[in-house]
Amino acid sequence: MSPLLSLILIPLVTAAFCMAGSAPRRISIFGAAANLILSLYLLASYNIEIGGFQFVSENALFPAYGISFSLGADGLSLVLLLLSTLVTFAAVWVTPKEVKFGGMFYACLLLISAGAIGAFASIDLFFFYAFHELALIPTFLLIGIWGSGERQRIAWKVTLYLAFGSFILLLGLIGLWLAVPEGLRTLDIRLLQQLGYAGLLTPGPVVYLLILFGFGILIALFPFHTWAPEAYASAPAPAAMLHAGVLKKFGLYGLLRLAVPIFPEEIQQFAHLLLVLLLGNILYVGYVTIAQKRLDLMLGYSSVMHMGYAFLGLVALNQLGLVGMALMLFAHGLTIAALFALCGEINRRTGTLEFARLGGLAGVTPKLGLLFGFAAMASIGLPGFATFASEILIFFGAFARGTVGGFNWFQIATALALWGVVISAIYMLRAYRRIFWGTRGSAVNDALADISPGTRWAVILLLAALILTGFRPGLLLDYLNPVFAYLPQ
Amino acid sequence: MNPLYLEVFVIVLGIIMLMAEAFAGPGHKREIGRAGIFGLLAILVATFWINPAALNAAAPYAGFYRADTLAIFLKQFALLSTVIVLVMSLEYAPTVEASMPSERRGAGLGEFYILPVFACAGLMWMASAVDFVMIFVSLELVTISFYILVSYLRRDRGSLEAGTKYLVLGALSTGFLVYGITWIYGVTGQTNLSAIAAALPGLDEAAVPALLFGFGLVLVALGFKVAAAPFQFWVPDVYQGAPTPVTAFLSVASKAAGFIVLLRVVETFVVVPQLQAKIVPLLAVLAGATMIFGNLAAIPQSNLKRLLAYSSIGHAGYLLLGVASIGAPFAGTAILFYLGAYLLMTMLAFLVMTVVAQATGGDDLSDFAGLNQRAPHLAFAMMLAMLALAGLPLTVGFLGKLFIFEAAIEQEHYFLVALGVITVAAGFYYYLKVIRAMYWQQPANPDAPEIPVGGPAKLTIAVLCALIIWLGVYPGPLLALLP
Repeated sequence: MSPLLSLILIPLVTAAFCMAGSAPRRISIFGAAANLILSLYLLASYNIEIGGFQFVSENALFPAYGISFSLGADGLSLVLLLLSTLVTFAAVWVTPKEVKFGGMFYACLLLISAGAIGAFASIDLFFFYAFHELALIPTFLLIGIWGSGERQRIAWKVTLYLAFGSFILLLGLIGLWLAVPEGLRTLDIRLLQQLGYAGLLTPGPVVYLLILFGFGILIALFPFHTWAPEAYASAPAPAAMLHAGVLKKFGLYGLLRLAVPIFPEEIQQFAHLLLVLLLGNILYVGYVTIAQKRLDLMLGYSSVMHMGYAFLGLVALNQLGLVGMALMLFAHGLTIAALFALCGEINRRTGTLEFARLGGLAGVTPKLGLLFGFAAMASIGLPGFATFASEILIFFGAFARGTVGGFNWFQIATALALWGVVISAIYMLRAYRRIFWGTRGSAVNDALADISPGTRWAVILLLAALILTGFRPGLLLDYLNPVFAYLPQ
Repeated sequence: MNPLYLEVFVIVLGIIMLMAEAFAGPGHKREIGRAGIFGLLAILVATFWINPAALNAAAPYAGFYRADTLAIFLKQFALLSTVIVLVMSLEYAPTVEASMPSERRGAGLGEFYILPVFACAGLMWMASAVDFVMIFVSLELVTISFYILVSYLRRDRGSLEAGTKYLVLGALSTGFLVYGITWIYGVTGQTNLSAIAAALPGLDEAAVPALLFGFGLVLVALGFKVAAAPFQFWVPDVYQGAPTPVTAFLSVASKAAGFIVLLRVVETFVVVPQLQAKIVPLLAVLAGATMIFGNLAAIPQSNLKRLLAYSSIGHAGYLLLGVASIGAPFAGTAILFYLGAYLLMTMLAFLVMTVVAQATGGDDLSDFAGLNQRAPHLAFAMMLAMLALAGLPLTVGFLGKLFIFEAAIEQEHYFLVALGVITVAAGFYYYLKVIRAMYWQQPANPDAPEIPVGGPAKLTIAVLCALIIWLGVYPGPLLALLP
């Protein structure tokens, strides 16, 4: 059996066991750990020298359409698979023991994970799309059953938004398929990429815009971002970790996989539009983030804001920018997962996430405070964390774009985007101060217990991965660089 | 085996069941239903050994009756849906019994299992009908069986209302059909579809409006049958009032038969490009209106049966989009695949609904509240049916929509495809409403006992669930059945 297939099947089977009955927590942790180890093993056994897609397995299902259940992974997929398994493991571990309908809760988490892993490991367009959709329903259930606040309204909104985005994307993908010259019709992403490189596949701007906005809605591209902060605020912490940390990366991954090889001209043609929108993400949403009065909403908005950087890497369309974007998927996924895990912990301890009622928490729960500090620094992009490395690459890539001919739009946009770093420092540090320092808020008292061991080790694991790849980005860049090596520096 | 035998077998089975019913005691009526299931299953198996070449091309019936792969597929379709309807009827028996006078225990229950068998024979003939006369006669056999079935619960006002509405509007649409056929006959001098197709190219220019008028009337009649907007207004009341198995039968088999006839008629007329240019926009308008109406009107519904009625209108819209894309080489297969998918998911939804409604006493969405806690397996099956109807990938419903949209894009119906995408998103809303009721909401009575499910129903639910996922991942077997 292909190791990638096991990577998909392990969470699925674990989910089935969880629904069937006994000890869901133990079996989920076991399954998630097995998956994490397997993904590390895959990274280790991937041959960087040869590159390209490895561990390939193909099962033709419907030859007339070229639908085939094909799995395979290159450096980019492997990094995202590692992200998925890491965050899944942390999310399962963070889940509180007393969660109601435990079996179903863990099953939903694992189904999201299986959907994301399946999407990242598929090299067939049909399954690439289908696996992502698979994750939609568990999200709906997780927010609807276990969410907080106006969970029902929010669950509706999120599901409809994402379903709508997915269908726009689907139209784009159908358009892409129809643009393949007759006789070469295929859904194999590898072949599509090669056709794209060879200039044989030119679906045109309409298809590009469908794909861009289809993925864009899933990524929370400004102005289609309003679903995301509410969803993450309402979702239980493990679900928010998985969704913001992993599932949202599907859209960016899709852009890297499809848009970059097939639509290089269209990306340039619509670069200005995208620059405006991504500045909307960085600046407008950034200021909205500053204005938030609750930690969960603030984290939700901050995750939307950071997507702007990823788009900046995309429009740069050179090796630096795209590698930075890919690294950022990994770094941001870990950071936001750690933050949501801690956010859930604060909520369970104090019963509130309003800044006005918090304060001085570090005096009571020092370990929680320390870990939150680390995670906040990672989110700001302090050197030493992988977020820093990725943002630097993106900024360099975007600034280097078209230096000939003086100051141009890319450089103006990059300069403005840099301001986003300041914005994120403002809101993160302010949040940190309001929650952990200063006078004690009404929800804080001496009886509060410090961070639970499960969350503590899960967050330490995520932060350790961030720091390790922050000091040695080469660990991942070795995998990512060859994917975009054909592009100009 | 000669294909002609299939319908003969079904009719003989029906007559045997009728005779047996006359002698069966009040406690044994259900045996008749079970016998029907086994008999139809046996005939269904037999369809795989059909040899169309055994038909005598020179025989007098050859102009009426064709047994191509399209026809055989629909015969299998009719048989399978009738089998599932009978399974549903077994579950539904207590309601039928309750609607009969208590001093005549078991009266009327036998016929409830027998009438679908005759309707099935009608559907099978319809599948093979290539002559307007044959189409009309077999359509009437189906419709008359349905007149009785819809108003079967004779002490239930809703059922009687539904029966009356269906009778009046069915008669009206029959009138349209016959009138349309006469116009077409008047222009071409033929009732046979292939003879009409042969006569069309040499047609006088002046006769085209008359021909189109006739076609339009036939389209109206078929619009009634398949529940296309603006001829859909009978659907919600009839679907809600009719006994649930009959509703399922109406919404699956009757609709499918309507589409096969529509496909055959449209295929006849589009051979002339000049006519195609007029017919395709007409179909496109119908498709757009049907998609919009069905999906938007389903949103506020609070009764599951009514919701499924509107959703069946919406699905008719997608199927019409396929018919409007008839020029694409793949359109026919896409439509039939969609029909097959529609059978699986709709039947699953109705079957679960029948079982649950027997236990909870109603088919409002509130009767499904908290079903997950009371019967997790039924809730899961219902969720799967809803997700497939909504078109979630890795279920068969997604592939159905994918193929239709692909054919439509190939025919450059961009606007309709965009409309389709919006209505599919609307569909997510109301299908998820059912899931919300089952999974989010608390049951009205938390201590309610487990819901009893009969053996055949349990098996059928499991098979349908498995097929929905299996064919959603691996559509090969279903596609192999299609022409």
